[in-house]
Amino acid sequence: MTDMSMSMATSEGARDTAMLQIREISKYFGSVNALSGISATVRAGEVTCVLGDNGAGKSTLIKILSGVFPPDGGEFLVDGKPVRFSGPRDARDMGISTVYQDLAMVPMMSVWRNFFLGSEPTKGWGPWRRFDVEKAKKLTSGELADMGISIRDPEQPVGTLSGGERQAVAIARAIHFGARLLILDEPTSALGVKQAGVVLRRIVQAREQGIAVIFITHNPHHAYPVGDRFVVLNRGTSLGEYAKSEITREELIRLMAGGAQLDALAHELDLIPGVSAADVGVEPEAGDAG
Amino acid sequence: MSTPTAGLQTGSPPVGPPVSAPDERLASTSRFTRTLRRPELGALLGALVVFLLFAATDSTPQHLWFTQTGFESWAQQAAFFGIMAVPVGLLMIGGEFDLSTGGMTGFTAIVMALLVGQLHWNAWLAVIATFVFGGLVGLLNGYVVVKSKLPSFIVTLATYFVFRGMSIGGVLLVNHGSTEISLSNTSSSGLGSARAMFGSSFGSNGGLATGYQTAILWFIAITVLSVWLLSRTRFGNWIYAVGGDQNAARNVGVPVERTKIMLFMGTSTAAALVGIISFLQTYSAVSEQGVGYEFYYIIAAVVGGCLLTGGYGSALGAALGACIIGMAFQGVIYSGWDSSWNFTFLGVILFLAVVVNTLIFRRANKARR
Repeated sequence: MTDMSMSMATSEGARDTAMLQIREISKYFGSVNALSGISATVRAGEVTCVLGDNGAGKSTLIKILSGVFPPDGGEFLVDGKPVRFSGPRDARDMGISTVYQDLAMVPMMSVWRNFFLGSEPTKGWGPWRRFDVEKAKKLTSGELADMGISIRDPEQPVGTLSGGERQAVAIARAIHFGARLLILDEPTSALGVKQAGVVLRRIVQAREQGIAVIFITHNPHHAYPVGDRFVVLNRGTSLGEYAKSEITREELIRLMAGGAQLDALAHELDLIPGVSAADVGVEPEAGDAG
Repeated sequence: MSTPTAGLQTGSPPVGPPVSAPDERLASTSRFTRTLRRPELGALLGALVVFLLFAATDSTPQHLWFTQTGFESWAQQAAFFGIMAVPVGLLMIGGEFDLSTGGMTGFTAIVMALLVGQLHWNAWLAVIATFVFGGLVGLLNGYVVVKSKLPSFIVTLATYFVFRGMSIGGVLLVNHGSTEISLSNTSSSGLGSARAMFGSSFGSNGGLATGYQTAILWFIAITVLSVWLLSRTRFGNWIYAVGGDQNAARNVGVPVERTKIMLFMGTSTAAALVGIISFLQTYSAVSEQGVGYEFYYIIAAVVGGCLLTGGYGSALGAALGACIIGMAFQGVIYSGWDSSWNFTFLGVILFLAVVVNTLIFRRANKARR
């Protein structure tokens, strides 16, 4: 982490300056300490994975990063400069785009209407300023085709797309709006194996375009192949930030599951084939003891 | 047999839609499905059916239903419902209700009457003041709804009762114990030109000596404006979004609260327009005028394809819904039936429209996976 701040200070070339850096970020909701002492770095052309189980604070972290609410403590730097967002629009203006788990798409609206929702291109002047519908439709089809996504018809409601298609549209949308930093919230969690593969490929694609990516997931098997850096959260605190060279997939999985807990779980699972179902069901204490 | 999910099945006959290669599915939406997906389709068919129904049952001696007289009679009725139904439809697409609309049309007429009749304001000044008043009520409704996060149904129900009470009690108080305010002196400044703009008629001819009410022009103007707003402006996109999924809309930067408040201001300003028109047509206003009409507006919007849950609908549909109600009210008279049956007729139409719209909606949006 020290070498990080050094390269920050010298700031030699865009690739070396962290696109976004948070240091010791914390957030409280009333008396609940949702996050404390979280640090992470994201560089252009790199994927930083934020891993954590349910309730680890991933959602809170995303909302801070995307400007939904400010952190209560800690430093938040974009391109090496401290920032304070007053809303998601501020974050978006700085090139930080978030693809939420619910994708922030309205199911009953068409693909093209969703694509430009909140950032509609306009033409005309004064009271004649209007939504440039033709441009929006054309750009939507073009952008999706560029990403290798074929949507049957940009007029169709988003609700009729498959989960993977929807995710792809949301990522395409974020990239179209000049995302320099793409925050993906659990993009693979609701998808089948094949669809998840499609989304992981999009992440790699985005990285190769020089976009910084924050990939939030609870699945280390999805994170490890595409990630360059890994931040593991547990109950609102950070278990550390690792470069890919510093950690193996197995260590990552162990870290996520909380080491000893995973051992116990593995032990329990090992027991199951040997133990009859009746034993497990009737006397669960036996598993604990053994 | 040809359910389009069997991507992994072996060589199916080439008659079915190709599904394996995604590229081949491009632009496979037929024009027919697209037409089916239009939310106002049901209302258009309904309007035709109702029109023909009353053409067939028309019992007037000269078959007036097919003449300008017949047309004008239902068109002006439709205008009075439609000026409200269209903005109410927009509000419903935006996911909210306004129950204060009916009472507001009467209350704004009273505001207008008091300003001109009792305070002797210039009529144009009174028109502007009434519009401002209408807009402020909408601002209040909208502000309370978005800040309190209470259902708009409840908030506007409260507004409705507040204004209903004020329109009786307040008028009795300032109007020497009478609930009707009539203009004794119709020569106040600006009254003639204001009436020409809002409360008169146009296009009188041999077939129709009285001409058409200007309210019909207002109705058309509001419909055209709303259709344009909904389909061709950013604001229109936001209306669909805040009704369809408020959180998604907020997350992509749509000003959800502002959009909703604007929609509430739209319905209440339209109510002021109706109040102004009705006062300038008759030079009088009565307490409790318009009370109960809020349901006609909602019915028109629903018949026009607006979902009660928001996110989907059409301004043109709401206008057509208003036409259906106008035709139903006048058609019953032309057919020589007892006009008490209006309500039953409306109930049946509402039910049928909702069933048909729901079926069409499901079909157009689900069967195409």
